[in-house]
Amino acid sequence: MTSPPTLPDGLVVVVKRDCATCRLVAPVLQELAAVEPLTVYSQDDPSFPEGVAGVVDDSGLEVSYRLDLDTVPTLLRVVDGAETGRTVGWHRERWEALSGHAGLGAGLPDQRPGCGSLSVDPDRVDGLRVRFEGGLLHARRVEIASMEDEAEAMYDRGWTDGLPVVAPTEARVLRMLEGTGRAPDDVVAVVPPDLVPCTVEKVAINAVLAGCRPEYLPVVIAAVEAACTDEFNMHGLLATTWFSGPVVIVNGPIARRIGMNSGGNAMGQGNRANATIGRALQLVVRNVGGGRPGEVDRATLGQPGKYTFCFAEDEAGSPWEPMAVERGLPAGSNAVTLFAGEGPRGVVDQISRTPESLARSFAACLRTVAHPKLPLAFDATLVVVPEHARVFSEAGWSKARLRAELGELLQLDGDELVRGAGGIEEGLPAAFAGTTLPKFRDGGLLIVHAGGGAGLFSAIIGGWASGKVGSQPVTREIAR
Amino acid sequence: MTVLLDPTGESSPVGVPRAERPASLDGKVVGLLDITKARGDVFLDRVAERCAERGLEVRRFAKPTFTKPAPADLRYEISRQCDVVIEALAD
Repeated sequence: MTSPPTLPDGLVVVVKRDCATCRLVAPVLQELAAVEPLTVYSQDDPSFPEGVAGVVDDSGLEVSYRLDLDTVPTLLRVVDGAETGRTVGWHRERWEALSGHAGLGAGLPDQRPGCGSLSVDPDRVDGLRVRFEGGLLHARRVEIASMEDEAEAMYDRGWTDGLPVVAPTEARVLRMLEGTGRAPDDVVAVVPPDLVPCTVEKVAINAVLAGCRPEYLPVVIAAVEAACTDEFNMHGLLATTWFSGPVVIVNGPIARRIGMNSGGNAMGQGNRANATIGRALQLVVRNVGGGRPGEVDRATLGQPGKYTFCFAEDEAGSPWEPMAVERGLPAGSNAVTLFAGEGPRGVVDQISRTPESLARSFAACLRTVAHPKLPLAFDATLVVVPEHARVFSEAGWSKARLRAELGELLQLDGDELVRGAGGIEEGLPAAFAGTTLPKFRDGGLLIVHAGGGAGLFSAIIGGWASGKVGSQPVTREIAR
Repeated sequence: MTVLLDPTGESSPVGVPRAERPASLDGKVVGLLDITKARGDVFLDRVAERCAERGLEVRRFAKPTFTKPAPADLRYEISRQCDVVIEALAD
């Protein structure tokens, strides 16, 4: 992220006295200084190395930081102000090749590894990042008095979802931004309900609040992008009196790489990535978009998944293609799928050993989403656990087959759906008597594989007003 | 002292004052906005009847879907045609 320093032409070397390899190569620096322009930057002592003229004091570490050094000594070749090559530590052949001078360091060993650059010292790097990159951050600075309790101050400002948050200091936000290749001022999305343009920086600040690690940030960014589409309709999802909130389902190798849980307790507590990615999305909606309970969020009861609801699909253990692939992305893609979901409910079937029987259990439970007499109004996500998936895979049922069979089983008799049928006033107008209606619209039933190895309990996540009048599931590739 | 970065949108919405409440509806054009939620029409049909009894001119409007804000064009149209508006919210 940082811009490179202005360097003089010729050879440039960065050293520190505290490094044995730097002291070892001090005579070599004298040899080089005698034959061509050489500029030495010293990190800890401008009187080192002795006998070389014009050593530049880099104890502020700005040049070292901007060169993105890991190691001293580092030797660079600079032509017309631009770096054309570098080598680290002492390695005679490489030093000779880069400098164009043979016979360097007679009497020295052929090579020695270098030492850590002070610019990556764990005790200093955060401070350096703030000093040299803090100017990239545009968010308003909020000063908290030293006697003030940070956690309380953040509650008082309305920044939290009710749970404590991590203080978004400049150092933490800059560290978070290391997780993405995108520039801090890139606009990710326009966030409802206030329709505020949200930059990568604002997402990163809220990811810090939520407790994310930097490697989660690309997932959070993709989730924010998906949530703020017209199809997903985050505004309506907030404003509804219904229970639903954004459910984030992650596909692709990134899930395992950042340590997400797709196995036992995948939808439960205890995994940092699952917990904080879903929470970061909600905090962006709350803080950037202004979507707060009691204001635009009009939920009658809400549900605990509105703190966070995020899990990964178990692709490795699944007999079926990943959901993101089914939804059109290439195999191996990293992706988020957002679904407007209520809390999960269990489906018990510990007896069925045939796919026909198990599909009937699923269908019977799916019919109850929102209300057993209401068709076409709400989508659903069916989370099939490994022990249930095995019943289908052993019988050769693809996911498409399961979906088609469920579609057949969920053709509902209009006579049972009309108002008054079954002694229940809720239902469809009388004109639907004598018709047949599907429970779910086309594309309104997602199927995903997750969960622990033991347990014949799958789950249904009921949706919200579906399709164009409400919310459509949205899948977005995760960019680096 | 700790310096934190503001996680909010940092926007200061422009306050728009409400239109003056009319002292009387006599001679006013009343807009009835149906947000298309179930049975909002039942309520608005009754309101329309009551307005008609009082000799008021009524114009009916509907949002494309109750789940999204009314489109700007619809809001503008209502503001051009009506003096007051009654919106039926829900269920």
